[in-house]
Amino acid sequence: MELRVNGVRKHVEVDPERPLLWVLRNELDLTGAKYGCGEGQCGACTVLIEGVAQRSCITPAGSVAGKEITTIEGLADGERLHPLQESFIQADAMQCGYCTPGMILSSVALLRRNAAPSESEIKQALEGNICRCGTYNRIVAAVQKTANKMSAEAKAGRRA
Amino acid sequence: MLEPVSLPASRRDFLKSLGGGVLVLFAEGAGEAQESGHGGHRREREPLPQDIAAWLHIAPDGRITAFTGKVEVGQNIRTSLTQAVADELRCAPGSVKLIMGDTALTPWDMGTFGSRSTPTMAPVMRKMAGTAREALVREALQKWGVARDKVDVADECVVNRKSGARIPFGEIAARIDWTKTVGREDCVTVPDKWTVGGTSVPKLNARELVTGHHKYPSDQTRPAMLYGKVLRPPSFGAKLTSVDTSAAARMPGVTVVHDGDFVGVAARDEHLAQKAVESIQAQWQKAPQISSKELFAYIKSKKEGAAQGNSAEGSAKALRSTYTIAYIAHTPLEPRAALAEWSGGKLTVWTGTQRPFGVRTELASAFGLPENQVHVLMPDMGSAYGGKHSGECAVEAARIAKAAGKPVKLIWTREEEFTWAYLRPAGIIEVASAVSPDGKLTSWDFHNYMSGPSGLESPYECAQNNVQFHEVDSPLREGSYRGLAATANHFARESHIEELAVASGMDSLAFRLKNLKNERVRAVLQAAADRFEWSKKKSTPKRGYGLACGMEKGGYVACCAEVSITRNRQVHVEHVVEAWDCGAIVNPEHLKNQVEGAIVMGLGGALFEAIEFADGRILNDRLSKYRVPRFSDIPKIETVLIDRKDVPSAGAGETPIVCIAPAIANAICSATGKRIRSMPVLPSFQA
Repeated sequence: MELRVNGVRKHVEVDPERPLLWVLRNELDLTGAKYGCGEGQCGACTVLIEGVAQRSCITPAGSVAGKEITTIEGLADGERLHPLQESFIQADAMQCGYCTPGMILSSVALLRRNAAPSESEIKQALEGNICRCGTYNRIVAAVQKTANKMSAEAKAGRRA
Repeated sequence: MLEPVSLPASRRDFLKSLGGGVLVLFAEGAGEAQESGHGGHRREREPLPQDIAAWLHIAPDGRITAFTGKVEVGQNIRTSLTQAVADELRCAPGSVKLIMGDTALTPWDMGTFGSRSTPTMAPVMRKMAGTAREALVREALQKWGVARDKVDVADECVVNRKSGARIPFGEIAARIDWTKTVGREDCVTVPDKWTVGGTSVPKLNARELVTGHHKYPSDQTRPAMLYGKVLRPPSFGAKLTSVDTSAAARMPGVTVVHDGDFVGVAARDEHLAQKAVESIQAQWQKAPQISSKELFAYIKSKKEGAAQGNSAEGSAKALRSTYTIAYIAHTPLEPRAALAEWSGGKLTVWTGTQRPFGVRTELASAFGLPENQVHVLMPDMGSAYGGKHSGECAVEAARIAKAAGKPVKLIWTREEEFTWAYLRPAGIIEVASAVSPDGKLTSWDFHNYMSGPSGLESPYECAQNNVQFHEVDSPLREGSYRGLAATANHFARESHIEELAVASGMDSLAFRLKNLKNERVRAVLQAAADRFEWSKKKSTPKRGYGLACGMEKGGYVACCAEVSITRNRQVHVEHVVEAWDCGAIVNPEHLKNQVEGAIVMGLGGALFEAIEFADGRILNDRLSKYRVPRFSDIPKIETVLIDRKDVPSAGAGETPIVCIAPAIANAICSATGKRIRSMPVLPSFQA
């Protein structure tokens, strides 16, 4: 089957029932998506399918063939980090960092559908993502800061 | 340059690749294979090397590499230990590369636990780097013929203040025999003079983490690597009576390993490995096991002695209470993982562990190898919280890899992590106490059964003071946890102190201050109460306020909590203020992050985390069944950090966790009058 990952077409010979997480990690060496529970409960394996956050550990690879898949490795624009990646660093919104790719991608999906989320909207959107190190409040702050920054930039862009 | 597919470097190759410098190899006797059979106890107190060469390397091109056997699990010691080295070398943290937890490259280390990295490892790194700085300076002084006060150290150079001449470290370093240069305490910079230490240096590898480029233990790969899987018994203590692996063995590309009770497979991908292990037909003989419902009756049946209470003569009130503590799981988001590779009789293992040298000993012992034939590497991992001291996954991966003749990666499933790792011990705590009519503690008799002795000592002044820990065999596999039993002991102590305050008709804060002499506990308690505006808080049935304080491992902590309670007894922690003193602060932002994280983790154990088990199985062995704190559980958190530059830094990864549970229990009681004496509190509160 053909997978479109981070803008690149990849041909893989795999059982279509095999979870996308393991195809990404073990066939394509994209290890940014993490295993945490295997039942869609922790969000460490989150990737974007056509811009929507999805749990790759419970997504059969065959179900997303031909769709645009974005992993954390594909988020930065070359050396330029995505604003959320910048904000996570600035807010020190991680400890071990194992949940970070999933947190960032879930937040990317949130900001795509809601450019100015409230604190409770952020918490609700990220409720399925676990950070065992407990940096939750920092993550909320990072997402809020990014939203403010992006909307300020968008306004500036409209004025220009 | 090393080929990318070659095995990780020995210390000799690694130092060669850096260039220059004297090659220092750690002495490892041939007799170690025998001695490693003693479970590694011999090595528990191995003396640390005193020469700088073991800890620091400055290459001719100026590259600075430091070495520590400690490991990074999210607590940010990669950053803070680098700060220590950079501070002493008067350079930027970004100029120092820190090699951690690599048994071939770093000095031996007992392990990363017990909040020891900051109080014990940072001083070593400082001593070595500070002595190195002065050795470099001495060379420059000789060349220039000037006195020490005529030179500075900056930008990885020694600078002649008068002439402005500079000699880069790299140029001087090769002239010094670092193996003969012993670290000296008098070269260490005191906290008052720190320039890199004491500042919020951002996490050094944060960019690697947010881009997904960092390779955690479970992300490691090797050429021709296979994926391993282990056949697990259906229950604890079950013995394999018969097994048929023929279906698995017939699968193309599958290797089966069967050795005693151990049955594992290796396959070209994890999907096939899973299918192979599922095809194995096994019969097990089960052994009777107690269940979580019987747990406290079991502990009571095994315990000897009881809290008698001391003489309560002249006391206004005497109290007697029993507290229970459930087993909880660390639930690190990255489960155990290991990649093992055999080559020419040598074994190399990448694995997530807090004790890479301990795991090396385990591997050497399991395979009858001298320790110098085993190389363990610990890439910065997806957390541990005290839960990854052991090397069982590494041993399993190595067993399968040996049979398969190829590198094998094994990642435990979440269910395996819940079931076959170890837990924070459960326990029972009995307290008998008395207070005088004016609210002075007169008697304190405190007995902990099974959960552990950490944090047992009371900070309260009391003439008749008796605290004891009683060992009881744990029915489930138990081990270390963030703060160990200090959380359980603080829960019981601070709940009981609150009961005494209520019995004395005194305010929680006033009662504690009246009975506390320790200045540092008093200071954090006052600081937390002030920030929280404790004196203005009055509990109502729907809103409760509670506080708690304590000390452990050189850290002093106080916590104020506000909880909201609904009519159907749902509890939400709304606001937490925690004051924390661990001596001189190394990195304020990272310290704040640790304190916040400890509060969040502690909140889970306080409110709802509990392992349920029956018939030798963990019943809630998944994240859909075992609740951990999520975004919706998180309160507003404020931290008050007290920077004591006059006191050496203590560790901060653990003790900030100990007060949140009693603060919450006290807040619930203050609102509802219901005293919950079991941790977690919600099951009893809602019952």
